[in-house]
Amino acid sequence: MEPVSVSKNGTPAEAAPGIARIDVAAVSSKALRSLYGTRQKIYPKRAKGTFRSIKWLVMAVTLGIYYLLPWFRWDRGPTLPNQAFLLDFANQRLFFGPIEIWAQELYFITGILVISALGLFLVTAIAGRMWCGYACPQTVWTDLMIAVERFWQGDRNARMRLDSAGWTFEKIWKKTATHVTWLLISLATGGVLVFYFRDAPTLAGELIRGDAPIVAYVFLGVFTATTYLLGGIAREQVCIYMCPWPRIQAAMFDAESLLVSYHDHRGEPRGPHKKGQSWLDRGDCIDCKACVAVCPMGIDIRDGAQLECIQCALCIDACDDIMGKVGRPKGLISYDTFLNVEAPAGAERSPVRFVRPRTVLYSVLIALVIGLMGWAWMARSTLQVSVIADRNPIFVTLSDGGVRNGYTVKILNKTHAHQQFRVGVDGLAGAHVSIVGFDGSDTPLTVEADSVRAYKVYVSVPPALRQQLSSSTNLKVSVTNVESGDTVITDTTFRSSGQ
Amino acid sequence: MAGNKEIDAVTGVETTGHVWDGDLKELNKPLPKWWLYVLYASIVWSIGYWVLYPTWPGIDGYTRGILGYSQRAEVMKDVALAKQSQASFLEAIASKPIEEIEKNPDLMEFVLRGGATQFGNNCAPCHGKGAQGFKGYPNLNDDDWLWGGSNEAIQNTISYGIRSGHEKAHEGAMPRFGLDQLLTNAQISDTADYVLSLSGAAGDAAAIERGKAVFAEQCAACHGADAKGNLELGAPNLTDAIWLYGGRKADVEETVRNGRGGVMPAWEGKLDPVTIKMLAIYVHSLGGGK
Repeated sequence: MEPVSVSKNGTPAEAAPGIARIDVAAVSSKALRSLYGTRQKIYPKRAKGTFRSIKWLVMAVTLGIYYLLPWFRWDRGPTLPNQAFLLDFANQRLFFGPIEIWAQELYFITGILVISALGLFLVTAIAGRMWCGYACPQTVWTDLMIAVERFWQGDRNARMRLDSAGWTFEKIWKKTATHVTWLLISLATGGVLVFYFRDAPTLAGELIRGDAPIVAYVFLGVFTATTYLLGGIAREQVCIYMCPWPRIQAAMFDAESLLVSYHDHRGEPRGPHKKGQSWLDRGDCIDCKACVAVCPMGIDIRDGAQLECIQCALCIDACDDIMGKVGRPKGLISYDTFLNVEAPAGAERSPVRFVRPRTVLYSVLIALVIGLMGWAWMARSTLQVSVIADRNPIFVTLSDGGVRNGYTVKILNKTHAHQQFRVGVDGLAGAHVSIVGFDGSDTPLTVEADSVRAYKVYVSVPPALRQQLSSSTNLKVSVTNVESGDTVITDTTFRSSGQ
Repeated sequence: MAGNKEIDAVTGVETTGHVWDGDLKELNKPLPKWWLYVLYASIVWSIGYWVLYPTWPGIDGYTRGILGYSQRAEVMKDVALAKQSQASFLEAIASKPIEEIEKNPDLMEFVLRGGATQFGNNCAPCHGKGAQGFKGYPNLNDDDWLWGGSNEAIQNTISYGIRSGHEKAHEGAMPRFGLDQLLTNAQISDTADYVLSLSGAAGDAAAIERGKAVFAEQCAACHGADAKGNLELGAPNLTDAIWLYGGRKADVEETVRNGRGGVMPAWEGKLDPVTIKMLAIYVHSLGGGK
């Protein structure tokens, strides 16, 4: 039997023949906590494998969408912006391709947010912190920043060497290159953000010439700074100390959710594996610490589920690679349910139940909100009317003894062409309608494209009929589009002195 | 401290040493140092505020800050900007005849909103916020006008007022028929009966007949033989359903006995001509305009 080589501090230098034992301790390990913790830098080692590939793909897709979306065009005619995705706060409109949302229809956004939240709950119930591990902007940008760091400074060991070395020319240029690249990425990130709020090509020109609105520069600056700070510098600190989601998500998954888990009944007792040693009386974990070295959060997954774990699954990739090399089955660390992880050794694995009350409830709620929003969208009219009855005075006695009520009729034309409307009144016998500024109530009222007009409408009842009125009579005000015949009927009341 | 570290057996984490309810202990979850530094940085930042912005109250004022920032100045800047953006509207209102303004929906919207604001600031104390009026202060929503309800007539009334002392003011008042002993109490009562009968009130036929004679002699000169009033003199139409000083017999008798002569100030000089024009169009739009 070959002697196991031993490093200076007495621990074996090899976890198994040919597999180095990495000298690393989990930064956030439970033994190392004090009141005001000093941050210990994490040097995540590069991982390779299925989940790393998925993460690269998600990064490419999400960042691709973020950086490119403002540049897509969508023709809406001459009067409206032609940017496909535009949050036009100045004109109080949101444009999403063919969808156009006005300020008073912001409940559609609420609906989207509710659906997103429930979707997040559903995903978390099924497979834990998928959002944190793959799609959260903090994760994606941090991942990108780490890739940049690796590109300039090399992998884990090289970076650690560089940091412990003095300020040589090599260190200075490598650090400078890293930070400059980070800043450029941050600048692009902050730069793109403002394009969502103003026509992108126009704003790009303004930004370069220096005559863009101040607020654009402020937001560009803020988002450049935060991207650099949070993605480049703060990284895991954001997830551990700033983000509320890790605290909330513990209530979102249960014993049947798929979580990144270390199977300790299979792995323990851990220890370096000598060549030819039998696997029968020991665990599969050779304590190579590859899982700890790749972890961007600086934890040891073998400590069990913990708040810091964003479930990015890179430890699965690292461990599977090692298991392959030592000839043991993969999946010592894998997505598994708490039920299976805690099952007694040798017990039969229970299949994962995706359909269970929790997931069904979330799915039903999502379907419900989608249905509701869909219905609201289908019922959305391009004509909106509000009728506000005068409240001071609530009615006016005319010289002939008749009674008159005033109404402000606001007509909102959401189409992109000017429209003509006719106002009518129903439910009041003998009522006479007049509109301020128009000779008769038959004159069509013009409302320009994309705008709202308020008209003052007077309804009067002659003295003979006044006797029959109670203090409040129901009245229906109809606004009809002359061309299309679309009619909106609004309920209001006609007030009189009563009997 | 270092000597009596207590490690929680279940989690393996050090406790803070605090105990509640006998056995409930708090695990030590350390706050990162940088977080503490952010707090210190915020304190330093706030000192920067003290220097730059108005901060500390004093006995007769406050520290101004070296930037000289003032919210009042910001508001005035915004007001000036708003005034600037109104300039084109105000010019158009000043130069165009009222008929033309009424046909321009954009101008009209500006006029009605501005008019409503100015009405609230200047006219509402007497006429009410909704121009609904009070006893002695006419309701401007109805179609009954003492001095004319056209745009121009309203503009004149606002500019020069009523019995305001302005040389172009509307003059003419209801005489004090009782106080000045022009009519006896019985005549006044008869006249009131007659006047009320004009708008359909029932009364003693003989009294109405006597009152009619008095009216023809004393009142018709101003109110007209048919009692429909006279806009030149501000003599109200007595045959309609609207009573400025009340429509009960006692009210009418009081009017005849003591006379009436409400005053409206002249606004010329107090308000600029454009504001007066806007007010006239606004009041005209309230529904009674003729």
